[in-house]
Amino acid sequence: MIIVNGETMETKSQTVAELLDELGYEDMPVATARNMTVVRKRERAETKLNYGDRIEILVPMQGG
Amino acid sequence: MKDGVTFYGETVSSRLLLGTAQYPSPAILSDAIKASGSEIVTVSLRRESTGAKGGRAFWDLIKALNVRVLPNTAGCHSAKEAITTAEMARDVFDTDWIKLEVIGHADTLQPDVFGLVEAARELVAQGFKVFPYTTDDLVVGEKLLAVGCEVLMPWGAPIGSGKGLNNVFALKTMRAHFPNVPLVVDAGIGLPSHASAALELGYDAVLLNTAVAKAGDPVAMAKAFALAVEAGRLSYHAGAMEARDMAVPSTPVLGLAFSES
Repeated sequence: MIIVNGETMETKSQTVAELLDELGYEDMPVATARNMTVVRKRERAETKLNYGDRIEILVPMQGG
Repeated sequence: MKDGVTFYGETVSSRLLLGTAQYPSPAILSDAIKASGSEIVTVSLRRESTGAKGGRAFWDLIKALNVRVLPNTAGCHSAKEAITTAEMARDVFDTDWIKLEVIGHADTLQPDVFGLVEAARELVAQGFKVFPYTTDDLVVGEKLLAVGCEVLMPWGAPIGSGKGLNNVFALKTMRAHFPNVPLVVDAGIGLPSHASAALELGYDAVLLNTAVAKAGDPVAMAKAFALAVEAGRLSYHAGAMEARDMAVPSTPVLGLAFSES
């Protein structure tokens, strides 16, 4: 079990990169964080997911 | 004359920085940015429940405009949140520029200036070029400069209020004390005349969003702001007359008909 953008989910993904693929983000422009620490693009394949991790997946959005 | 303004070594000719939120449609957003002549637009990062398609469409639209993006940390209520958001923004937008917001009060959306200075210190250490959204407090401005900010963005009035320049005295004080620091009035501007007033005080630029996005005709209002900013800057350079308490006739009195002498 992990928490993605505030919602609990079950996943078989082992890494942040796999999770993005599983959720359909693939090579979309997204920013990721694990437990309030940024996970940069180049770090996603090596960043392992652990039970209870809080993952944020953010996308470019309008802003003021 | 249209002189440029330089932020962190990068010079732009437009003194209008524009937000990208709250427009009626993506097409109007795009047209408004073009009409404004703005070369720097603010963007954000948010969760999206429907996958990243909306995010990609928005990002493609902005990239097509060939403008610089200034990602923000809007909505962050702690230095830690703002720092992490800035790091995420750098990763996705590929820029060291960050409009740093650390919100201190839910009603007024005024900056938590203590968290702001703390976050600015950390982000500068990480190589960010920080554009801090701050109050018009002179001492906070000094602290932000001391930790490495090279731009200050004091508010005119609360975000989205459209009230203009609430404290002209404080804004003038900042201008006088920081003659060589780029100063941007960020937030609270509701009318082109407010933007003109900021430029007439010697401010280098203005950053606004709602005043354009929520106008009846955002594209026309974007153009109005472009003209207002240019007029304000010209006025600042031209040197305004001194205000006087008494009337002084502008038409020559000498040779006036029907006079006795």
